Amino acid sequence: MLSFIIKRVGQSILVLLITGLVAFSMFTFVGDPIDNMLGQERTMEDVERLRQQLGLDQPFIVQYYRFLEQAVQGNFGVSYRQGRPVAEILLERAPATLELAAVSGIFAIVLGIALGVFTAIRRDGVAANLIMSASLIGVSLPTFLIGILLIYLFSVELGWLPSFGRGETVKIGGWSTGFLTESGLKALILPSITLGLYQMTLIMRLVRSEMLEVLRQDYIRFAKARGLSDRVINFRHALKNTMVPVITVIGLQLGSIIAFAIITETVFQWPGVGLLFINAIQFVDIPVMAAYLMLISVMFVGINLLVDILYAFIDPRLRVAA
Amino acid sequence: MTLLSVENLRVTFPSDHGPVEVVRGLSFTLGRERLGIVGESGSGKSMTGRAVMGLVAPPGRVTADRLEFEGRDLRSLPEREFRALRGPRMSMVLQDPRYSLNPVIRIGAQIEEALAVHGNLTAKDRRTRMLDALNAVRIDDPERVARLYPHEVSGGMGQRVMIAMMVVLEPALMIADEPTSALDVSVRGQVLDILDDLVKRRGMGLMLISHDLNMVARWCDRILVMYRGEVVEELGAGALHQAQHPYTRGLIASLPRLDETRDRLPVLDRSLL
Ligand SMILES: Nc1ncnc2c1ncn2[C@@H]1O[C@H](COP(=O)(O)OP(=O)(O)OP(=O)(O)O)[C@@H](O)[C@H]1O
Ligand SMILES: [Mg+2]
Repeated sequence: MLSFIIKRVGQSILVLLITGLVAFSMFTFVGDPIDNMLGQERTMEDVERLRQQLGLDQPFIVQYYRFLEQAVQGNFGVSYRQGRPVAEILLERAPATLELAAVSGIFAIVLGIALGVFTAIRRDGVAANLIMSASLIGVSLPTFLIGILLIYLFSVELGWLPSFGRGETVKIGGWSTGFLTESGLKALILPSITLGLYQMTLIMRLVRSEMLEVLRQDYIRFAKARGLSDRVINFRHALKNTMVPVITVIGLQLGSIIAFAIITETVFQWPGVGLLFINAIQFVDIPVMAAYLMLISVMFVGINLLVDILYAFIDPRLRVAA
Repeated sequence: MTLLSVENLRVTFPSDHGPVEVVRGLSFTLGRERLGIVGESGSGKSMTGRAVMGLVAPPGRVTADRLEFEGRDLRSLPEREFRALRGPRMSMVLQDPRYSLNPVIRIGAQIEEALAVHGNLTAKDRRTRMLDALNAVRIDDPERVARLYPHEVSGGMGQRVMIAMMVVLEPALMIADEPTSALDVSVRGQVLDILDDLVKRRGMGLMLISHDLNMVARWCDRILVMYRGEVVEELGAGALHQAQHPYTRGLIASLPRLDETRDRLPVLDRSLL
């Protein structure tokens, strides 16, 4: 088990080094930051001074090394546009995205598993069939459309929920949270549904099909032959086996929840890192883009690592094989 | 005393060419005795067991003129009441331990959970009973085996684990589908002794499904020989030599004997059937 974890951590680091390279390459290959930072009226001295100040006169490898060295310490340079440290800007924006992702993730996982199990157990029921048909909508509608439809219905027509922003937030240390105010909680509802709906339906459909597969197995028949209750059979024997493949997908989906937050944040003008990234692209604010890329890849790789370990934890057969 | 009586039992599956009957009008009764069921692969032995347990999954259909267990008509029994019978009253050991044990639950826990239906046992009692049952099926190190996952035990050990599950349940009717096929001769003898004990002392009725004609003939009180979903012969203990049906005779002829004089064993001639 330990050697398995060490191996996976090693692989994760390699992946991060490579994405780091991609992120860093943007500095050299996408636009010229000097152009962006200094206006039309600039002197050659200004350009040279800034070039040295930003370390852009060094060789590629040196720059990459320094970039990594700084990145590991959480230092991603200075935003071209705002002239402030990127880390500071990200930290300011991160709570909004993380809270949104957390709520959508919990929504997707809890409801996805519950509905998946329900539709599998009551496979021929009317309710189960209705849910399955409705889930097709969740899978096929693009995120921005769902967001706009929800805004139209709940904000414009019914006026129940806000259509943009985080509502009031409370600062706890450096973390601004929307969980503690009514308007903050209300503001979370529509974006969370928008962001999590696709993942929810995906998890639900996966849980359902895996569960149906598991329910056909001989060990379920044997469990019935031994007189175990339906509750024990469905939730202990079947669900645990169902979770093995589902966990992997859930892990990957959590990563994409954060990545896809860009669209939802744009639709709802949610002041998170996704919106920050979109704005950064418009201004070719490379340090912000690079930092965002690194952040997302750390998140993806971290979640994947966690999932693999969890996977081995649930399925005893993998512990030995690994 | 009759525990189970079955008349004209049929199990049907739909197929592309209309319904296919895999059990075709089976009739037998079972008392507190050892009934052996033999027959070639695909003859419907397992399906008969499942039909009695009410575990034939759709689209399979079960019909019978009579299907009575302890005086209750199983055909019209609501699923809830049937479920209450399964486990403590009637139980079945499935054919293959590799697929019949849940891969993600420890063996000890799987044996213990069936005890929940017996109710009001403390966790400690359940554990003691579980270890006793493993001991009873001649597993040397029950403490260790209880902690293992099914993939970590051998096929023979898996079979004994499944029988241990029956031992803790002590059902009135036990259907054992090839419970000893992966056991070596000495362990098989011990496992059969355990089953024997359940029949003799607790008055259990046992349906023993097997391919091993010799073993069944020696050990069971009665034998049903199945062929293509039907009982083609019913024999008393030790009356194997009286078999009439060509299929049974063919099977017997193809078994090697201790005082073998033939150079080649005959194969079953299906043209006679
Ligand atoms: N789900 C199913 N759909 C259609 N036919 C089935 C199904 N399950 C089993 N059968 C058929 O039922 C017949 C009887 O199967 P059964 O498992 O009872 O055989 P068996 O006598 O136990 O054989 P074995 O000795 O190999 O275990 C077989 O011909 C099989 O093809
Ligand atoms: Mg069989």
